[in-house]
Amino acid sequence: MLKIEQVTKIFGGLKALSDISFSLAAGEITGIIGPNGAGKTTLFNVITGIYSPSSGRVFYEGKDITGFPPEKLARLSMVRTFQGIELFGQMTVLENVMVGLHTKSHSGIIASALKLPGHLREERRIRERASYWLEFTGIIDLATTEAANLPFGKGRLLEIARAMAIEPYIILMDEPAAGLNSRETSDLAELIKKIKDAGVTVALVEHDMELVMEICSRIIVLNLGHKIAEGTPREIQENEKVITAYLGED
Amino acid sequence: MKKEMLKFFIFATIIIIAPVFIKGGYLMNVLIFVGIYTILAVALNLLLGLAGQISLGQAAFFGLGAYLSGVLTATYTVNPWLSMVIAFVTVGVIAFIIGFPILKLRGHYLAMATLGMGIIVYIVFNETVDLTGGPSGLSGIPRLSIGGMIFDSDLKSYYLVWFFTIVVILLSINLASSRIGRALRAIHDSEVAARIMGVNARLLKVEIFTCSGMFSALAGSLYAHTVTFISPTSFGFNVSIELLTMVIVGGLGSIYGSFLGAAILTLLPEFFRAFQDYDIIVYGITLIVITMFMPGGLVRGVPFMVLSMYNKLRPASGSSGEGG
Amino acid sequence: MEIFEQILQYTFSGLSTGAIYALIGLGFAIIYNSTSIINFAQGEFVMLGGMLTLFFHITLHISLPFAIVLAILVSTAVGSLFERLAISPLKDAEPIILVIITIGGSILIRGIAMILWGKDTYALPMFSGSEPIVLWGATIMPQNLWIFGITLIIIMANRFFFYHSIIGKAMRACAFNRVASSLVGIDVKHMVFFSFAVSSAMGAAAGIIIAPLTMTSYDVGIMLGLKGFCAAIIGGMSTGIGTVAGGLIVGILESLGAGLISSGYKDAIAFIILLLILFIRPQGLFVKGEAERV
Repeated sequence: MLKIEQVTKIFGGLKALSDISFSLAAGEITGIIGPNGAGKTTLFNVITGIYSPSSGRVFYEGKDITGFPPEKLARLSMVRTFQGIELFGQMTVLENVMVGLHTKSHSGIIASALKLPGHLREERRIRERASYWLEFTGIIDLATTEAANLPFGKGRLLEIARAMAIEPYIILMDEPAAGLNSRETSDLAELIKKIKDAGVTVALVEHDMELVMEICSRIIVLNLGHKIAEGTPREIQENEKVITAYLGED
Repeated sequence: MKKEMLKFFIFATIIIIAPVFIKGGYLMNVLIFVGIYTILAVALNLLLGLAGQISLGQAAFFGLGAYLSGVLTATYTVNPWLSMVIAFVTVGVIAFIIGFPILKLRGHYLAMATLGMGIIVYIVFNETVDLTGGPSGLSGIPRLSIGGMIFDSDLKSYYLVWFFTIVVILLSINLASSRIGRALRAIHDSEVAARIMGVNARLLKVEIFTCSGMFSALAGSLYAHTVTFISPTSFGFNVSIELLTMVIVGGLGSIYGSFLGAAILTLLPEFFRAFQDYDIIVYGITLIVITMFMPGGLVRGVPFMVLSMYNKLRPASGSSGEGG
Repeated sequence: MEIFEQILQYTFSGLSTGAIYALIGLGFAIIYNSTSIINFAQGEFVMLGGMLTLFFHITLHISLPFAIVLAILVSTAVGSLFERLAISPLKDAEPIILVIITIGGSILIRGIAMILWGKDTYALPMFSGSEPIVLWGATIMPQNLWIFGITLIIIMANRFFFYHSIIGKAMRACAFNRVASSLVGIDVKHMVFFSFAVSSAMGAAAGIIIAPLTMTSYDVGIMLGLKGFCAAIIGGMSTGIGTVAGGLIVGILESLGAGLISSGYKDAIAFIILLLILFIRPQGLFVKGEAERV
């Protein structure tokens, strides 16, 4: 479903990613782990079009999407969430999710300015769908709150609701559990499983090992820009290279 | 939605019946300019308040609209309405073309680039003397007319200008609360997240820049046909700063706030002659003070202040509810 | 041969104004490097330098050298005050807010100058007389030599300061990494303050040495500021040779263009250069590598 082929990313003198290759199967939850500085977020940035790789290719549903900008990938139903949540702070929770429906709607400037009937119908539909996703993530009661005023945990859920509004085939989550307490983390695990059951492929960068081992069917391990292991949670837990990578860092 | 329409309806009604209560011809004349500057302030607010893109060169589009209308009608005797449409579309094309390279820039760089653009256009107005009359200006611009009626009195010009102002306000309010408005505000808050959601930020920024430029050109044409004389000084860098101050004073993102800002900054110099000499200082202080202490502008700041004073003066009775 | 002499003439005057743009540009770069702010008000310090010197020398009858020193001190004080009152409280705000604050500051300073000194243009006396010097068929004024000399001294002092003094190195550290700098004990707030102080002093100096040649008035700040900004952009906001080269390039091109093509469009030349650089290579001509896409 998603295939990374020998992706390398160099920033000035720093080789953030070296020759990374792996595949993600559709409908699975795949975890990407590794010590700090391993290049996990850089990898996501390359896949989701925020960076172009220095070399290598990215294939999505068989199509070469290397270097496609984020807005184009959204129309191909790929979405991501960010490590430090990037909410639209000055808009309400509902409005944030409504932006997620941007690719599912098409009123342009003229139709919007003139409030043409087609536009009005579309607005109603957008509102309904946005409310659905707020219920899906359990934050419908916060619909009219300004996003900047949300507590952190709810902000994470909003980001996920907004991403789901795209009705993605694949969602890439960058450290979704960061900053969450243990109750919020187990709620998150349930939510991610719910997303998978809805048929969405999930790729997850995470530091929370319990979460990763619990929900991921496959794990890829990076260290210092290299892929050092790939396998089931059990295999990874017993992999010597992985253990050294984590314990060996001073 | 209903609330928005009601607000607009009340606003439009007040504008329409206001002349009944205005005795002096002088005030009527000033209100015409309030109308023109409101269009300009709203246009800038769409760009700055909504999309978060700073432009210090709005006066360039204002001037282009005015000069295109002026030259076409005064020198080439083209029909004024047709000239207005030509000016509207031409400035739109110019804004669209220059929008692509200029809106790749952000923050300070964008501000400087738009400032440079504005000054270049101003210099062109001054130097193309054969076409524009240069620093001495262009006179003899005909007035607009429908059928046999010429818009030559203050009262008629008032309704002419404010018709367009009300239309621009309506279109802008609609835009702000629409899918496009949300996309623009998303770009303002987090351009990268907006793009991840599929918003074509680059194109949308150029589109709103073009829209803003076209509205400004419209204001320019109206200005040319109401005053019948134009010169480059009305379209210089100082005007761009005045417009910026109007938008800030009224409140970024608030369409009615832009009207308020335009009204205040157009009316004040008329009633306080001293203001005219010190206007630069007032703009400078106003920009700094409002930005530091009242970021929402008057439209949000005044109600907020009134509310907090009211809360402080009320006898303490139990707990107050959460704000929000 | 006449055209050659003309070109030489324009080149000399271009080098002269270019040196001024370089100084102003360095002012922009210094503040930008320690704060990521573009100080819109930079041009106003250039104006203040000239106007204050005039005020002290002509109105208060202070001798020229002392008037110059006083003017620089007062300009520096204004710059520092501006930083303390308007910049420091808002350092974490959105870029738009800072842009607007510095615009407001520039307007305010200009407005006060207008009230104090009116809208007339004034001429500062030349530092050492007005006998032109002839060089290979082109004439330069002694003032031009003052400009070259003083600019060179300021640039060398700058280089020494930033690369060989503790405070200067600390400021450069802040430019690279504010968090790391504060962790090793550098007081970032003080560095920001110093950068404003140094920039306003340099701006004032630039304004003083050019004033005898180009007249000065309350609104010279805008144009000079923008052109200095152009120099800084060409130089990639470097506090060294890049910006100096940028200033000279702008000055010479502007002078040649005005002389050979059209003088009415003289000011437009610098701004067209500015737009071209911002559109095509916003990281400057001398910096390697591309700006990141997002």
